[in-house]
Amino acid sequence: MMKFAVVSFPGSNCDEDLYYAIKDDLHEAATIVPHTTTDLSGFDVVLIPGGFSYGDYLRSGAIAKFAPVMPAVKTFAQAGRPVLGICNGFQILTEAGLLPGTLQHNRQMQFICEPEPLKVENNQTMFTSAFQDQQQITLPIAHGEGNYYCDEATLMRLRENHQIAFTYQNNPNGSVSDIAGITNEAGNVLGMMPHPERAVETIQGGTDGLLVFKSLLQAHLRTV
Amino acid sequence: MQELKTELTPAEIRDQKPYEAWGLSEREYDYISQKLIGRLPNYTETGLFAVMWSEHCSYKDSKPILRKFWNDGSRVIQGPGEGAGVLDIGDGQAVVFKAESHNHPSFVEPFEGAATGVGGIIRDIFSMGAKPIASLDSLRFGELDNPKNRYLLTEIVAGIAAYGNCIGIPTVGGEIGFDSVYDGNPLVNVMCVGLMDQADLKRGRATGTGNSIIYVGAKTGRDGIHGATFASNEFSEDKEADRSAVQVGDPFMEKLLTDACLEIIHDHADILMGIQDMGAAGLVSSSAEMASKAKSGVTMNLDLVPQREPNMSAYEIMLSESQERMLLCVKKGEEQTVLDIFARYDLDAVVVGHVTDDRQYRLYQHGKCVTDVPVTSLVDDVVEREQPSTKPARLENVQPAETPVVMNPAETLNKLLAQPTIASKQVVFKQYDSQVQANTAVTPGSDAAVVRVRHTKKALAMTTDCNARFIYLDPYAGGQIAVSEAARNIVASGGIPIGITDCLNFGSPNDPESYWELDQSVQGIALACEQFDTPVISGNVSMYNETDGHSIYPTPMIGMVGLIEDIAYLTTQSFKASGDAVYLIGETGNDFAGSEIQKLQGQLTPTGQINFDLAAETANQQLVQQAIRQGLLQNAHDLSEGGVGVAIAEALFEHDLGFEGQTRLTNSQLFSETQSRFIVSVSPDKQAEFEALAGDKAVLIGQTTHQDQLLIKTADGELKATRSKLKATFGGALGCLMK
Repeated sequence: MMKFAVVSFPGSNCDEDLYYAIKDDLHEAATIVPHTTTDLSGFDVVLIPGGFSYGDYLRSGAIAKFAPVMPAVKTFAQAGRPVLGICNGFQILTEAGLLPGTLQHNRQMQFICEPEPLKVENNQTMFTSAFQDQQQITLPIAHGEGNYYCDEATLMRLRENHQIAFTYQNNPNGSVSDIAGITNEAGNVLGMMPHPERAVETIQGGTDGLLVFKSLLQAHLRTV
Repeated sequence: MQELKTELTPAEIRDQKPYEAWGLSEREYDYISQKLIGRLPNYTETGLFAVMWSEHCSYKDSKPILRKFWNDGSRVIQGPGEGAGVLDIGDGQAVVFKAESHNHPSFVEPFEGAATGVGGIIRDIFSMGAKPIASLDSLRFGELDNPKNRYLLTEIVAGIAAYGNCIGIPTVGGEIGFDSVYDGNPLVNVMCVGLMDQADLKRGRATGTGNSIIYVGAKTGRDGIHGATFASNEFSEDKEADRSAVQVGDPFMEKLLTDACLEIIHDHADILMGIQDMGAAGLVSSSAEMASKAKSGVTMNLDLVPQREPNMSAYEIMLSESQERMLLCVKKGEEQTVLDIFARYDLDAVVVGHVTDDRQYRLYQHGKCVTDVPVTSLVDDVVEREQPSTKPARLENVQPAETPVVMNPAETLNKLLAQPTIASKQVVFKQYDSQVQANTAVTPGSDAAVVRVRHTKKALAMTTDCNARFIYLDPYAGGQIAVSEAARNIVASGGIPIGITDCLNFGSPNDPESYWELDQSVQGIALACEQFDTPVISGNVSMYNETDGHSIYPTPMIGMVGLIEDIAYLTTQSFKASGDAVYLIGETGNDFAGSEIQKLQGQLTPTGQINFDLAAETANQQLVQQAIRQGLLQNAHDLSEGGVGVAIAEALFEHDLGFEGQTRLTNSQLFSETQSRFIVSVSPDKQAEFEALAGDKAVLIGQTTHQDQLLIKTADGELKATRSKLKATFGGALGCLMK
């Protein structure tokens, strides 16, 4: 069994959704680990869930980056092992400096929850290998601060290194270059605003999200 | 220290009558002092009586009427009287739900008023032991050409979104209506639904002499003092300054509180004797009610209550409506287990008192006893008042409504689709996280929202409904219609209606006409509930919805939950494919009283006679239920505002289909709002089986097509419209009006 850690911060609210997606739909092992955990070395993947953390009153992810678990997340990432941050998880990873850029308030200053058509820009990552190159998919978004921003030089580097994993087809929030998800330069950390864990069963409206987790499983099977 | 120094003596209270400003009448004051406690109450006690005897806490005016509700039924595990009602849904599981109004606070401070409305109802759900799985909002505003109403709509929606999204409970639906009677008095009714194992059921009881009373959650501040009294008075524009009666919400705190309380309920049920939300009238109502239900007494030391501000008086501590607070009764000697769990969640938790066996309610502050009255005098001895009741003059000699002239049905349909009450609410709904928890099968905008029950084949359908224009014209029939329409929504989504909650939004009970409307609509609701086997398991009364002497339409919002026994029965309102046969179920008459077309054509105050036949309603619902179970229907959509024309258009939009058909109805009747009707579609291979089942209850009116057109030949003309244009109107109207 592949072992997924789902990090739960005070106020996290998509941790259980991720847990069930891994356990019930990917049929692998998932554990919800509290924000006080200091060692993640026993896991194969670390998932930082969406929703909110610490209420996000200051700025999304701004408090979570100081949580006791974060050094362990960094150690895990620096060892080249897969870390996936979804929505609030993406915000936390940028705040923690594990991914470049930042996530601002949506252009229209409102929360948006809707299914969003996306394009897979790079299917050569450990998070996207189960997709076709340039595949059009649909995943739900649900965020108030999903407007990705980075400076020109960073954007150039993201492009040159093929770090842009997903883009929006109809940019819903004002993100630079329609960016919906990026990896770090090494390719083992992915942050994405759309929620793959909300699209793993037909009854949820689609199953495109399951392929993100299947990609991780494929990558894992190649290494063992 | 100012409050302490200026606190009136019992004799001064008797002479100066400050209680009248707090909503307690002189007659009630005299009854309390002479009959119930045998002495003059002190300042703190007088304040406690004023708030506990308010309509909002005691239902003293509405109780004689509320007893007419029907709340039996084989599924009922807990009816009204607790935090929320509980119904059996099989497999040892139960659904818990309740709705509550937050009308007055939302007018004064719309963002926080709406947000704390969401927060309050969530606590009622998890206090029963249930995980909150969905919430819905029923909102009413004045017309959007008034900038104040645009502001209220924008802020109220933002407040609901801010609280619900942060706490991680999907906001799956609800409805929004507009009418100028809600100018200055918007309605914000929030319904929350929870799911639990029946074994986890908890109640708000302070049982077992010597057991501890534990306070947990946010510190007590001066916010919301007399919120319950505030809700029990009429409103005037100058009360906008009354902001101290509005609380401020902290959804992060509530999320921690939810998780911690559910952990204690699940893992330590043996030491948790009772748990209750500190809602309206805060610490006093929760503690007194818990003691009353357990037939016990309670003693608390107010110095131990966590306080946000210095020098709070006993009166202020007890009446504060600070949010995100719960009261627990825990077995003596086991307190530390509970305190440790709350500490892990970084929540303040303190033992503030204990249960006694003498049924007295005692409070101590600074070493002095500041309250010593019988528990029953606060909770059970409130004098009910059956108010005078008069049928309003407008309801005498009612004539049938005029049949509107419809020269150009396509234009009429387009205009109806742009009416804010009918138009798509996506611009609002998409601000709500409707999918967190990953169980939402039908998102907001369909007849009913559907949330599956994970690890079972079941799902729950839920809806809120109330057409107040009908109730204004005939409260008795209108009450039946409100329940029936909610049931139709549930049935159309593949469910069996199993129960309701309500928010009874009415004018002042001191107005005999308002009181009559309340009585009549409750009787109508009760009749329909018994017919559909949907007991009233919880609810809320909001009276005094009057601003500067103008009352709203009587608006008894019905929140209904249905059980979809097998997710395979799940049905949505949209047509699915081209070439399907479309049937109209139910008779269509000239029912224009209170209709949207009547309003569109300039009759802003509804007129005319309401027709309703509960037997026909039941038969038609049963037909749709049966057809769904036999797998015959591609879609099912209930007919409501705007009639057949609007319903067909709405069913076309999701999959960009067209429609071509003919009917014996006239142009006008395309927009009649006769009750008890559905539009369903059937694939060609199932038509024979469907027609055999339906008999003369369903009439074939056409078929779906690939065309970008909606074409209906009528008895006196035709409706020919471009679907994509109708869709653009429907989708864009509300957003335009909000700008």
